Amino acid sequence: MKHLTSIRELDTGSAIAILDNADELGAVNSREVKKLPALRGKTVVNLFYENSTRTRISFEIAAKRLSADVINFAAATSSVSKGESLKDTAQTLEALGADAIVIRHPMSGAAQTLATKGWISGSVVNAGDGSHEHPTQALLDALTIRQIKKSGDDLAGIKVLIVGDIQHSRVARSNVLLLSLLGAEVTLAGPETLLPKTFAAMGCKISHSFEEALAEKPDVVMMLRVQRERMQGTFFPSEREYAAKWSLSGERFKMLGNQTIILHPGPMNRGFEISNEAADDPRSAVLTQVRNGLSVRMAVLYKLMAGEG
Amino acid sequence: MQVFKGVLLASGETTDITVEGSQVTKVGKTTESGLDCPGLMALPGFVDLHTHLRQPGYEASETVLSGSRSGAAGGYTALFAMANSDPVADTASVVEQVMKLGEEAGLLEVRPIGAVTKGLAGTELSALGLMANSKAKVKVFSDDGHCVHDPLVMQRALTYVKGLGAVIAQHAQEPRLTEGSQMNSGELSTELGLKGWPSVAEESIIARDALLAEQVGARLHICHLTTAGAVDVVRWAKARGIQITAEVTPHHLMLTEDLVRSYDPVYKVNPPLRRTEDTLALREGLIDGTIDIIGTDHAPHSSEKKDCEWEQAAFGMVGLEHAASVAQEVLIESGASDWKRFTEVMSSKPAEIGSLEGHGTIAEGQPANLVLLDPAASRTVTAVTHSLSHNNPFAGRELKGRVVHTVFRGKFSVKDGKVKNA
Ligand SMILES: [Zn+2]
Ligand SMILES: [Zn+2]
Repeated sequence: MKHLTSIRELDTGSAIAILDNADELGAVNSREVKKLPALRGKTVVNLFYENSTRTRISFEIAAKRLSADVINFAAATSSVSKGESLKDTAQTLEALGADAIVIRHPMSGAAQTLATKGWISGSVVNAGDGSHEHPTQALLDALTIRQIKKSGDDLAGIKVLIVGDIQHSRVARSNVLLLSLLGAEVTLAGPETLLPKTFAAMGCKISHSFEEALAEKPDVVMMLRVQRERMQGTFFPSEREYAAKWSLSGERFKMLGNQTIILHPGPMNRGFEISNEAADDPRSAVLTQVRNGLSVRMAVLYKLMAGEG
Repeated sequence: MQVFKGVLLASGETTDITVEGSQVTKVGKTTESGLDCPGLMALPGFVDLHTHLRQPGYEASETVLSGSRSGAAGGYTALFAMANSDPVADTASVVEQVMKLGEEAGLLEVRPIGAVTKGLAGTELSALGLMANSKAKVKVFSDDGHCVHDPLVMQRALTYVKGLGAVIAQHAQEPRLTEGSQMNSGELSTELGLKGWPSVAEESIIARDALLAEQVGARLHICHLTTAGAVDVVRWAKARGIQITAEVTPHHLMLTEDLVRSYDPVYKVNPPLRRTEDTLALREGLIDGTIDIIGTDHAPHSSEKKDCEWEQAAFGMVGLEHAASVAQEVLIESGASDWKRFTEVMSSKPAEIGSLEGHGTIAEGQPANLVLLDPAASRTVTAVTHSLSHNNPFAGRELKGRVVHTVFRGKFSVKDGKVKNA
């Protein structure tokens, strides 16, 4: 395996292998000396066309813990249309010694295009492309669920509810593909305008009522942010109406079971899609998600880069 | 004098065709010797009502000359050149310039299409009458690339163009429903995270314009149908007696949205590739006469417009050199239709819609515009053709049918598969 641009590139076995490896690498992260020599002499470039300090730092630390050199290349969003082409930028970075490019891009498919067009010979990791996918986020979510639920290798029978702006969410798409690959039952919930029924074809259930979805007793509730930056025109009448129907607060929060895990890919809009009450509850695993993000990204970089040569 | 011996006509008859000067002088057996053409079909030269020749303005993608060479290689003897050049073909001087470039190339007849509105902006009518009365004698008007979406502008344009004895070719795309759209709307666009292009955006404009054409009593031509629903709307409009004609492209007959899974921009086109059930409905419509013609929508783009992210890439595909093979696949190889229908959709009907004389028939006393093709030959389509651009979604596919000779006004524009140098 050379690239990771979509969960579609994984089968159940390879997904479990990444999670297992991430668990082992997670143990390294709690050691005093946190570095492994696995990628010594290799260079990882973080090529970010969208600002995301969290994801960029996570990849940066992951690469450094494997002893790789890291270059951060922040291409302003405007340069996608006006400046140097992706092809030229990527070829320049490779000429400077990049062995892998971690790419975050506002356009769906950009990572796959970079991996398949023949512009470069190194590895490509998708760190989020448009509304398409964010595979390492799904892997860290799966790892978090597996650890807390102690479910064995996979996630068989675990019920996961993903709530919010599904239409614009790459996190939702990668999670539907990965969690169902691992045997979980995924339900998506959100307003009709942000959750077209075509999502069902990806292998999940659809709900347009948060209450009804919670009545199914999910083991995991993942709250998503409303992605205003990807919206063209109006999708719901007002923020107030959205929060009233889709926020994890009040009565809805009380509907959660004692063992229900609360996830959020961050950054959270407290008081909007998630209440303080929910975000700060012991059932919230958002910081575990962040820690697991590190080990999952180490596992992915290791898998893609350590094998060759 | 040139005699094509032993050619097969669309009717199934084997005969000889005698060409003297620029005309066909005899269709029938003759004792004169000539070029033996065993196994070759002789058909009227193809007519494309929908070509983007890119000149003036985008000569890196195509010129009238390179597009003429590509057209001749594909068996065409006439091309209608769309108006979205730079400057836009919205004045008499631009259409006359395009026609003149076509005459200089001399490989086929280039018929300029005039813009419906100034600068394709959709608000003010362009110099419709002046273009119709110019040396280019424009008979087809289109804002193709853009939809004439304002209903009042469309109504006025239909009324005015009717008075000129011409036709409007509409690019049916409701703009608000397709803002930022990238591919067919459905399960695949959802998974790929690309903004969907709903079929209703096409069908609603066709329905509206059919009713406007009925009210005004004007002729209306619809470019590139892509959906099963659009075929239904056109079928309904024809049953109602509305003067509507419709076109389908080679790519929408054979290619489907699944190709977009690769995010390879060679499959990015406006309107987008649709589902298998749509291609089947388009084929059925083409066979039963609901759809009148195959128009290539040949849309060359230089490689930098396609060697990039999907959302960044230009819309469009080339089509002139494989259109006949696609038509053969859909009508003949499928066993669903015959060479008479093939001739109608590739030649006689587009000539009729475009009020083009001297094309669309092989008859004594008519100009010798014809194509001789070998339907038994197989070939692998290559990205590199006579076009300056290589954005060919059929590259690598095996198709049947090869153009052996193309004859334009009695002279070979293509002989033994080789395009004559202009
Ligand atoms: Zn068009
Ligand atoms: Zn066009």
